[in-house]
Amino acid sequence: MADPSPKPARVQLFATCLVEAFFPETALAAVELIEREGVEVVFPAGQTCCGQPAYNAGHRNEARAAARRQLSALAGDLPVVVPSASCAGMMKHHYPRLFSDPAEREAAERLAHRVVEFGEFLVRGLGVRLRDAGPPLRVAWHSSCHALREMGVVPFAKALLAGLARVDVVPLRRETECCGFGGIFAVKHPALSAAMAEDKLADLAATGAERLIAGDCGCLLHLRGAIEARGLPLRVQHLAEFLRERVHGG
Amino acid sequence: MGDSGFEARIEQALADAGLRRNFASAMGSFAARRLAVFPDAAALERLREQGAAARRRALARLPELLEELERALVGNGIHVHWAETAAVGNRIVLEILEAHGVRRVVKGKSMVSEEMHLNAFLARHGIDAVETDLGEFIIQLAGETPSHIIVPAVHKNRAQIARLFHEKIPGTPYTEEVAELNAVARRTLRRMFREAGAGLSGVNFAVAATGTLCLVENEGNGRMCTGVPPLHIAVMGIEKVIERLEDLPPLLRLLTGSATGQRVTTYVNLISGPRRAGDPDGPREVHVVLLDNGRSAVYADPELRATLQCIRCGCCLNHCPVYTRIGGHAYGTTYPGPIGKVLTPQLAGLERAGGLPFASTLCGACEEVCPVKIPLTRLLRRLREETVQAGAAGGAGAGAIERLAWRGYGLSAQHPRLYRLLFACGRWLGGLMPPVAALERWGRAHAEPRFARLSLRRLFRKRGIPDA
Repeated sequence: MADPSPKPARVQLFATCLVEAFFPETALAAVELIEREGVEVVFPAGQTCCGQPAYNAGHRNEARAAARRQLSALAGDLPVVVPSASCAGMMKHHYPRLFSDPAEREAAERLAHRVVEFGEFLVRGLGVRLRDAGPPLRVAWHSSCHALREMGVVPFAKALLAGLARVDVVPLRRETECCGFGGIFAVKHPALSAAMAEDKLADLAATGAERLIAGDCGCLLHLRGAIEARGLPLRVQHLAEFLRERVHGG
Repeated sequence: MGDSGFEARIEQALADAGLRRNFASAMGSFAARRLAVFPDAAALERLREQGAAARRRALARLPELLEELERALVGNGIHVHWAETAAVGNRIVLEILEAHGVRRVVKGKSMVSEEMHLNAFLARHGIDAVETDLGEFIIQLAGETPSHIIVPAVHKNRAQIARLFHEKIPGTPYTEEVAELNAVARRTLRRMFREAGAGLSGVNFAVAATGTLCLVENEGNGRMCTGVPPLHIAVMGIEKVIERLEDLPPLLRLLTGSATGQRVTTYVNLISGPRRAGDPDGPREVHVVLLDNGRSAVYADPELRATLQCIRCGCCLNHCPVYTRIGGHAYGTTYPGPIGKVLTPQLAGLERAGGLPFASTLCGACEEVCPVKIPLTRLLRRLREETVQAGAAGGAGAGAIERLAWRGYGLSAQHPRLYRLLFACGRWLGGLMPPVAALERWGRAHAEPRFARLSLRRLFRKRGIPDA
């Protein structure tokens, strides 16, 4: 694992809209894993959605309005931990592009520097060593496109999984291929989105793994919805929830 | 998104198991061959940087470079023609052919000629254009368009080609033997090469400093088209110009490695003019038609200009999770795949093609492999914005309800109380969500999303996590 940078005393959590709406346990698990390292977590109340849905749908003004809200809600200089590479990527790489006003752009740059994806923070920010207390288990890892290409944080998630003594991580056949969520894409092109999900789930089934672990709730919402609609005996789970479960003993 | 035909073609393609198998296996093998030819990631990155720099350098001074190219071509004895539109380009080609009394043209592979719909135009004027690239030959027999910019007949399997040859080429017995099928095509085409009054080709790169046309190919048909008939006409988009010969090696390496996983193609043609006194062969006249057809408008936008860096290797198609599942025909455009989704709306207009940029998950697989580093996801997003704005102005793009929904999204993202109220509504309504179109479309492939029972704020308060 990479050398940890100095451990902060406190961090802010940016939960993300999908976690708030559909996966609150992900936020609770993330907080628990951070707190057990002796770091305090605060949850700034004024936060909403990062703006990526609008940004990727071509509605730049709405995306900018959302970004402005987060700039004020996440004021300060604490690290901002985000349990989603896609939202973290939005804040880190796209917020500064949204503003032409120099003061706003500078504020966006400052926030961009503070944003850190959850798995990367556990490894580089906290240098965690997790003790695996769970039963033997086989899982597969799903690299979200933003984790893989925009944020480059997949190695951290994989390092965390590799650190679990009794977890066997098996590769998916098309590990680097998109699962077909794509936000507005899933609504504009449901047949394509479904075809991509089905291929991802077929790859998962072929591994014999009991679950698919990922670091992005967009992929999880999409794949979970596809699994339930088809009544498949598969399960998906966010990295934070999985790590908490292993630490607790399953 | 205006084009309901697109959605229907997607569903049709997805339902065609044979087609999906053909594409998945062909694209998978191209991707594997590319990796094999570029085993060193750091070296590939340096090469891509070099290629991108050469293309950016050329585009940065496109107008003067084109003038330089014209001077050099003319100096080499090549006739230069400028075509602002496809219609003008077609007319120019026709006039050259008619002036020479040509009734049959042999053609090397050229996507620009597809963009111009040149074959159909010439046919209407009584001129027979015969495709000689094997893939193009196959789809011309079938009366189809290319489904891939490098391997135009990749959607066809061997049995389909065997049946096609048997039915369309007189005296051909049904055979699935590749060597025999090749021999049939070769016999048919040899005669065409000898008899044709002119050869027509595309251009991969045009070197401004030396007036050289570079053309890569694997079958030798390109060399035959440009060398055997007495007249050679090359058609090219104005963006294909590069500054100097020294830019060619990295670009060729990137082009062939990214396209087919080859270190070099079987034939690399560098054409620098017609037959000179004492030359034993070669065309007596060479013409170049430089096609704009909307490229100047692309060039004029500093961000969108990156679209013109493209060297048409097809690598973004091979790696696209959408293209590899539906193939090229579903797009209904000359250029399919990621680059097609970016280029077509700019050439054909948002009204006609503004929906295309939305047919992407923005996964970034395309720009990760693009040999000249075109920022495809950024361009897709930019064109989505243009489509939305055009919609607001009454053109293509989102409908009124969709615009209203995004207005609502913007408000809730600005006002945390409203934002939380919406989630509370989701929790209360549970399975009784309003029947809006977006949810209906989501529901086609997904079970109803289950809203959290308690708000995150309440969950956090219960656990004593501070909210400021």
